[in-house]
Amino acid sequence: MTAQASKIGTGALPADTPILEMRGISQVFPGVKALDGVSIALHPGQVTALIGENGAGKSTLVKILTGIYRPNEGEILVDGKPVTFANAQAAIHAGVTAIHQETVLFDELTVGENIFLGHAPRTRFGLIDWRQINERSRILMQALESDIDPTTKLKDFSIAQRHLVAIARALSVEARIVIMDEPTAALSRKEIDDLFRIVEGLKRQGKAILFISHKFDELYEIADNYAVFRDGRMVGSGILKETPQGEIVRLMVGRDVHDVFPKMPAVIGPSVLSVKGYSHETEFRDISFDLRRGEILGVYGLIGAGRSELGQSLFGMTRPAAGSLSLEGKPITISSPADAIAAGIVYVPEERGRHGLALEMPIYQNMSLPSLIRTSLAGFLKTTNELALARRYAERLDLRAAALSVPVGTLSGGNQQKVVIGKWLATAPKVIILDEPTKGIDIGSKAAVHGFISELAGEGLSIIMISSELPEILGMSDRVLVMREGLSAGLYEREGLSAETLVRAATGNA
Amino acid sequence: MRNLLKNRELLLGLIIVGMILGFSTRADNFASPGNLANIFNDTSILIILALGQMVVVLTKSIDLSVAANLAFTGMAVAMLDAAYPGLPLALLVVLAIGIGAMLGAINGLLVWILQIPPIVVTLGTLTIYRGMTFVLSGGAWVNAHQMQPDFLGIPRMLVLGLPILSWVAIVVVILVGFILTRTPFGRSTYAAGGNPVAAAYAGIDVGRARFLAFVLSGALAGLSGYLWVSRYAVAYVDIAIGFELDSVAANVIGGVSIAGGIGTVIGTVLGALFLGVIKNALPVIGISPFAQMAISGIVIVLAVVFNARAERRKGRIILRDRAPASEVSA
Repeated sequence: MTAQASKIGTGALPADTPILEMRGISQVFPGVKALDGVSIALHPGQVTALIGENGAGKSTLVKILTGIYRPNEGEILVDGKPVTFANAQAAIHAGVTAIHQETVLFDELTVGENIFLGHAPRTRFGLIDWRQINERSRILMQALESDIDPTTKLKDFSIAQRHLVAIARALSVEARIVIMDEPTAALSRKEIDDLFRIVEGLKRQGKAILFISHKFDELYEIADNYAVFRDGRMVGSGILKETPQGEIVRLMVGRDVHDVFPKMPAVIGPSVLSVKGYSHETEFRDISFDLRRGEILGVYGLIGAGRSELGQSLFGMTRPAAGSLSLEGKPITISSPADAIAAGIVYVPEERGRHGLALEMPIYQNMSLPSLIRTSLAGFLKTTNELALARRYAERLDLRAAALSVPVGTLSGGNQQKVVIGKWLATAPKVIILDEPTKGIDIGSKAAVHGFISELAGEGLSIIMISSELPEILGMSDRVLVMREGLSAGLYEREGLSAETLVRAATGNA
Repeated sequence: MRNLLKNRELLLGLIIVGMILGFSTRADNFASPGNLANIFNDTSILIILALGQMVVVLTKSIDLSVAANLAFTGMAVAMLDAAYPGLPLALLVVLAIGIGAMLGAINGLLVWILQIPPIVVTLGTLTIYRGMTFVLSGGAWVNAHQMQPDFLGIPRMLVLGLPILSWVAIVVVILVGFILTRTPFGRSTYAAGGNPVAAAYAGIDVGRARFLAFVLSGALAGLSGYLWVSRYAVAYVDIAIGFELDSVAANVIGGVSIAGGIGTVIGTVLGALFLGVIKNALPVIGISPFAQMAISGIVIVLAVVFNARAERRKGRIILRDRAPASEVSA
């Protein structure tokens, strides 16, 4: 639809008819335009890499293709004919199937049952034909060069083998378009090689593959074409091998990021939180940094790099295996969130619905929950104190609510976010850990949140900001800690820091 | 009218009043103050037990062992009273509460430390506590003539026109209401059940909140143990068998969410009274005890359906909220 997309898109691709084409697709959610006039074509026997930061619109696109969302605008063509996917079943019927990052399979069912769940072959009496299920499963698994026994329960297999089962399931419905959403995230190098051999096989069979990954080396290995998304638009597409990586990164990141962020020059004070050799048994190892007064420390990395796990551990949700913490020069141990809150360290979790709020409880009770020790009198709750505390932060954050006694669940998403932030500010913290503070909110609200974060730092709060969004990291941070696979991949100063440097450090393409 | 329907407690109260008026057309005196006081007194033990259950349910758990706990503590204090007639009643009551709390603490520790699902833990301890009652008594009964006069008499004593049993229930209602609305523990039960993850992030030890809820439920079951053997003037292995389900039913009818985090003391008390009125009314209007069980069951199912509908209505509000927002941005 956009001139840019159609120019590059059709120009670079071969002339044969695409199996599937999306034209001018837009998807609007309350307050957010998740996709804006996106056009993309998938051709038989080709792998298209879908590239973009979190929130760029990749998963929305996948959900439209698999019939979970219906786009507000635009059309989808299969074999040149317009179609609408009324539901997930319709998309499967049209030959579109998706293999998700965390495969949606059933542990307690056998491999064969997983492959044929929902479309099991029947005997002439209408009963499930087990012989056929197992026979056809065996053939499918053999085609994937695997000798997995279809009668074994899925729980006995590794993640890589589960992926094979998921792929077999995709093939069992005679899929022609296979979407792979970060299939390599949990795989070892050898398993990735196996997966790529299978992808090559699928290409030879003339399937069109949409491959989503953050790892550039893998994309260059497997993909033919690319499409880069940013803020819900397709900002570039073409043949991947002819495009240097720097160009792709620039497309991903886009604008000159330092300009659009309201980061105020901060007065950085002495060290507040000193983390030394912090390690967790399985999630991260040997993380060290000094967080200073008034500083925003960005923590960047791919999903699964151990960033949230580090934040949660600093907050006492999990116990570290090694390492030490000191707060304002005094060594501290934190073994529970209550300890952390008492010490002045708080963590604002990523998913406000799941981690942040009890939706049935009134606004003021949600806000006072971590501060009950301070608002209570002689061990008894004091509603007037709770209300006073809630009112103070509701005003400061410009919270729009009919009354502070209404359940939080009745508020809009943006106002719920304000309750979450207010709840943590009310604990009068010294260190505030923000996990993806702007995930899933629209551009306008993002700017407001960024302004607020900057303001907090200006007041002398120390902030650890975990984010997957490069512009946010680059625009807001005084320093950036990059994590890769649970390890520190460098601590960078704001001055002269580029997106390329961070992406290279995070993906390991130094 | 719609606002009226939204207030579950008020609605339930009106239904109960309607039922009492309806029954009184079939049986004279059903609505007389004396009979109503009688129904309340009859329901007192259920109220106490249901309130303990409610605190547990609020934390997203369930205590199926309350009736077995009641039977064990009831038997224990009845045997003590029979064997040592000199023991003061106050000591026996404190013992009943203490033993009950201990049995509750066992549930709570299994849930907290070993992280076993509450339904599994209490299904197990239900059988264990009932079995312990048999081991303790050897299957023998403690009958009225073995019990001391004050053991039997004090709960029946009238104070301001109501038996002490009823007053105990009233005190428990006030106490539990106070705990839930005025103490950090009470708040933590709502938070732990409403959103355990958010509660944990807010520095609340969800496991500890559940443990304390089980202890409270156990203590109230223990108190009910004494009240039960005193009221029915007999203790044997099978007393109050199946009564845990009544305590759950009272909560469900009273609008306590079985998924945790939602419920009020008033709701639960009304839920218990609702069951009490039905139990008292059906024999009066000549319905057989077998039909009574079926009718009670139907009422419980209806209450659950009502609950589910109430929650679905909430979903529609969210959608209506969304619709105009998407129109604006489109």
